[in-house]
Amino acid sequence: METILKGKAWVYGDNVDTDVIIPARYLVTSDERSLAAHCMEDIDASYAGGVVKGDMIVAGNNFGCGSSREHAPIAIKGSGASCVIARSFARIFYRNAINIGLPILECTETGRITKDDIIEVDLAKGTITNRTKGETYNAKPFPDFLQNLIGLGGLVPYVRARLSE
Amino acid sequence: MAMTLAEAIIAKHTKDPVEAGAICRVNVDFAFTNDITGPPAIKEFRKMGAQKVFDPQRCAVLPDHFSPAKDIASAEQIKECREFAEEQGMLFWEVGRVGVEHTFLPENGLVLPGEIVLGADSHTCTHGAMGALATGVGSTDLAAAWALGETWLRVPETMKVSYEGTPSEWLCGKDMILALIGKIGVEGARYMALEFHGDALEGLGLDDRFTLSNMAIEAGGKTGLINPDDKLLEYARDRAARPFEPLFADRDASYAGSVTINVSDMEPMVAMPHLPENVKPVSEVSGTHVDQVFIGSCTNGRISDLRSAAKVLKGKKVHNKTRLMIIPASYEVYRQAMKEGLFDIFLDAGAAISTPSCGPCLGGHLGILAADERCISTSNRNFVGRMGSPKSEVVLSGPMVAAASAVAGHICHPKEITG
Ligand code: SF4
Repeated sequence: METILKGKAWVYGDNVDTDVIIPARYLVTSDERSLAAHCMEDIDASYAGGVVKGDMIVAGNNFGCGSSREHAPIAIKGSGASCVIARSFARIFYRNAINIGLPILECTETGRITKDDIIEVDLAKGTITNRTKGETYNAKPFPDFLQNLIGLGGLVPYVRARLSE
Repeated sequence: MAMTLAEAIIAKHTKDPVEAGAICRVNVDFAFTNDITGPPAIKEFRKMGAQKVFDPQRCAVLPDHFSPAKDIASAEQIKECREFAEEQGMLFWEVGRVGVEHTFLPENGLVLPGEIVLGADSHTCTHGAMGALATGVGSTDLAAAWALGETWLRVPETMKVSYEGTPSEWLCGKDMILALIGKIGVEGARYMALEFHGDALEGLGLDDRFTLSNMAIEAGGKTGLINPDDKLLEYARDRAARPFEPLFADRDASYAGSVTINVSDMEPMVAMPHLPENVKPVSEVSGTHVDQVFIGSCTNGRISDLRSAAKVLKGKKVHNKTRLMIIPASYEVYRQAMKEGLFDIFLDAGAAISTPSCGPCLGGHLGILAADERCISTSNRNFVGRMGSPKSEVVLSGPMVAAASAVAGHICHPKEITG
């Protein structure tokens, strides 16, 4: 996985739920590209067509609340977004993102980022640099157990290793 | 150390030290998925190189969301689940014998007190009412549990919720949980377990307790636990598919927070669009027009929900500009409702009764909303676009308010209809 990410910010508020990240009417497939075409559609119809590889989703509290659909982080990853930065994440979304390899960062200062700011993230250091505003913020580090899981490449390689023990 | 119910259950399932915030590897007693989250779980299971699920009698797929198949794509998804279940010899039930997963599994004794249960569905927290640490995960986590028979859990902090007082005849479990969510907000219990207590809880029937636990996730909670009492244990013993050992919180357990809610003078509650925390007493929004009413779902599609809807609808007619959809959450509920004559009351009122399915709850089928339509629904989420058009609105309520609103054509207190 690349550890330096760079792109422009798509900024949303609190409680962005999985129904708006990917509405149920599109859950008749789990194909990444089909889902990505409708990502964020119900809160921001311009997202799916406008997002460029590397761009980031920046949000407030409780990002990804609602259903357990893994289709939500899959749709975001498929849309080309390089990561999600939020003040906090709902717990199922948090696990799902780690499991499927969508980088997520918890950061208390997301309120300082505005739409289209150019953001650079150093995943290894956990720093978020706002190139547009000339500011740097720190992300909350992951617990050791999760760092190991992320280091292994997610849950699939972890289980594969456990099964061959 | 004195333990909360969540801690006591985790401690029984792990060798790791158990304290709030610690991450533990735990054994899983039961792991299930549905027709939406199933296909990605199957794909990840294969990617993991797994051959066999850890125990086919403890692994299940329930086709309930888009079933009976609503279109070709959903038929393909259900077929993929069916074929995988056959290959693995695991539990799978056909349309006609299944139901909404969180209603069906306890009815069939497949989720039991003291257990750890994972479901690839966020409302798996419903089974907390069985005294099980049951929580929703995504498809990859579920696939890992199928492969290994274990998962990792962060031991949650627990918030103690006490319901005190005596509710009026118009109050139900739904009003009690909406009152809590209105008070603490949609992330008030983020990453915590809720543990429900209080004399008003003791008086509640099991159906209402499932409703309470069901909406723990709407406050951000990992699960909504209830300590087993005689009523619950009798229900579980009558149905248990395997032996179980109930566990309980210690009396002197310490909680990360506590909330007390007095139900004595409480009015029925509704959650207005577009968040479950947007809770108001029904009198404040009485008169708000509704186009559709939905009674069903894993929140309020059980027999006592249908009985209380029937109490309001008896001898009444659904307003001529409103449609009422009633969907029993399982075939056991369906048959019981039919036996008790509830269907006659519903049909006489002009309601549509459909086969058990999640149906309109997630905007799947059997009652999708058009732009600018408003539905009052006994389900659990009123997010933008949840039941159809992103321009539609969903109001959440209990079954009596929903039934009364169907008769009035606008939100109203059930006593105005029956009085
Ligand atoms: S009834 Fe609604 S909330 Fe319950 S499992 Fe089905 S879709 Fe989910």
